[in-house]
Amino acid sequence: MILFLEQLLNGLQYGVMLFLLAAGLTLIFGIMGVINLAHGSLYMIGAYAGTLAAMQTGSFWLGVPVALIAAALTGLVVEAVVIRRLYARDHLDQVLATFGLILFFNQSIILLFGRQPMFTQLPELFSGAVEVIPGLPYPSYRLFIIAVGLLVALGLYLIINRTRIGMLVRAGSTNREMVRALGVDIRLLYTLVFGLGALLAGLAGFLAGPVLAVQVGMGEQILLSTFVVVVIGGVGSIKGAFVAGISLGVIDTMLRAFLPGLLRQVMNGPEADALGVGISSMGIYLLMALVLLVRPKGLFAAGS
Amino acid sequence: MKKLLTAASLLALTTLPSLAEPLKIGVITTLSGPAGYLGEQVRDGLQLAIDQEGGKLGGVDVELVVEDDGLKPGNGLQIADKFLNEEGIKLITGIIFSNVAGATVPEVVENDAIYISPNAAPSSLAGAGCNKNYFVVSWQNDSLHEATGAAAKALGYKKVVALAPNYQAGKDAIAGFKREFGGDVTEIYTQLEQTDFAPEMAQIRAAAPDAVFQFHPGGMGIAFLKQYVQAGLSKDVPMIVSEPSADGVILGAVGEAAVGLKATTHWNADFDNDANKAMVTAWAAKHPDKPLTTYGQQAYDVGLLIASALKKTGGIDDLDAFRAALKEADFASTRGDFKFGQNQHPVQDWYMVDIVAGSDGKPVWVTKEKLRDDVGDVYAAECKM
Repeated sequence: MILFLEQLLNGLQYGVMLFLLAAGLTLIFGIMGVINLAHGSLYMIGAYAGTLAAMQTGSFWLGVPVALIAAALTGLVVEAVVIRRLYARDHLDQVLATFGLILFFNQSIILLFGRQPMFTQLPELFSGAVEVIPGLPYPSYRLFIIAVGLLVALGLYLIINRTRIGMLVRAGSTNREMVRALGVDIRLLYTLVFGLGALLAGLAGFLAGPVLAVQVGMGEQILLSTFVVVVIGGVGSIKGAFVAGISLGVIDTMLRAFLPGLLRQVMNGPEADALGVGISSMGIYLLMALVLLVRPKGLFAAGS
Repeated sequence: MKKLLTAASLLALTTLPSLAEPLKIGVITTLSGPAGYLGEQVRDGLQLAIDQEGGKLGGVDVELVVEDDGLKPGNGLQIADKFLNEEGIKLITGIIFSNVAGATVPEVVENDAIYISPNAAPSSLAGAGCNKNYFVVSWQNDSLHEATGAAAKALGYKKVVALAPNYQAGKDAIAGFKREFGGDVTEIYTQLEQTDFAPEMAQIRAAAPDAVFQFHPGGMGIAFLKQYVQAGLSKDVPMIVSEPSADGVILGAVGEAAVGLKATTHWNADFDNDANKAMVTAWAAKHPDKPLTTYGQQAYDVGLLIASALKKTGGIDDLDAFRAALKEADFASTRGDFKFGQNQHPVQDWYMVDIVAGSDGKPVWVTKEKLRDDVGDVYAAECKM
């Protein structure tokens, strides 16, 4: 039971990380119609900038604004210089250009910082473990990540549903042409949305730093799962990104944790391990296929 | 007259190198992505051996042609084809990962070219799949982890949880560990691109073993170690690893949390032999901000091996003579004892190291004891050459 609870927390934590990345990606895709493969690069830039600031100043918390600003600024520049030229183009051109951006950013990081991963440290406040229930010590930093993710989700919900900007965002993801026809400065909206997406990616990257490795290519490792979240949740829907992110995080973790053990009860060891690991690594893709079969536009597709 | 002579000899000096084309050595290695530093170590280690001899190996001018495989077997194969067919390269080295080696090495050695491995040596190429054109300078994959199994046994552990990624080298790792350990082993397989190990941490806690053995090279190892410490497991369950899971770069990124780990290795920077001292000093002078890892050392030894053979043959036009010269392994390895077994994989010694806080606070390896003396690998007997 304790093991199950612990794995549930692990799944939740993985889920909110996926959500932070997917939220930006789904807005950019839904509202601007752009497939942004370089989203992972913004995650990496947030991680590098924030970690560097945290190391130089000795304070983890100063890293947070630096990570956010660096990622958002990079996002704004990328939008103005590259993405803006792609709105009218087809998806293949967008994929090509943003893939080029991945190579560009990875190589820039290698030139600036080298190939060796950066040293990162937990903030003093969250370096220990908390006994969530008796007998289950859980790293407090992971609880902190969960809390931040849920807060961001709440904040986004309020912005999207309660503000004028949010109204435009919702309108934009439902019918772009109509918003433009009504005289809204869609270009400014695009820039804002892209900046916001970049900011969230930067936050996710910085938060991931002390748990994972801050290194070149770290964004691409999580990008594929993020796209799965976007597709399952429905393109353009923050709510979808949240629900899909959390469920994928939990399902993926549970499959990895328990499937090999369950299979071992009905077949012998090595075969069960091989099959279990195989199925659990396919798990989220199988789920995506199933969801698309029932709801081809995703769970909460905007405009459906 | 004297001036004229000087001028003429200077002219001769500048034109000479272009007359004799340097011998090209193809390096297929992983330079991009999270594992990029591994390939960087191999490239720099090999280059260091060449620089030590002023641009030569064994008196022959050599030139490295380096290409990035991006950790993709398909890329490795493509680069090998290009090296062999377009650039006429007959001597190739550099591959880090066993999955890339598995796809690429057969293509090289079956086309009358020599491949010398500075790292990966999967079991599939060590036994019945061995080849006279295939040499390994590092170790056979299993033997890395057999040493760790022997260490775990020597330390008196009875029940161990073993974790490794679900690919050839990961399976070799756990098989090797079990072979020498002999105790109770719970196996957990992870995925090759996995970054979050929280589910595995919970499983380890639930199993409550005497110790944990894990094999996660490069960035995976950093994430694993960090999360192991953060989960509070390092206080209760000691961890023992093979050298790729605790290299200098990983230790640098994890920091003092890595102190207290136990590891096994075939080489350490504190070894007391002349070849090693020369390499360590030269590396520190050339790359003051990069730690020298076993990857760099293995590539440096590849350089020394090639030099020893070229010294005898003067070139590789006579492939049979070059191959025979390689097989003699007539060089002073930075690790001490070294010779080739029947399958042209190393027969060497293995050591246990403690990871302690160094003078600057960063964790370093300190050699503790010799675990195994002059051992080859279990596949050698199956190799018929």
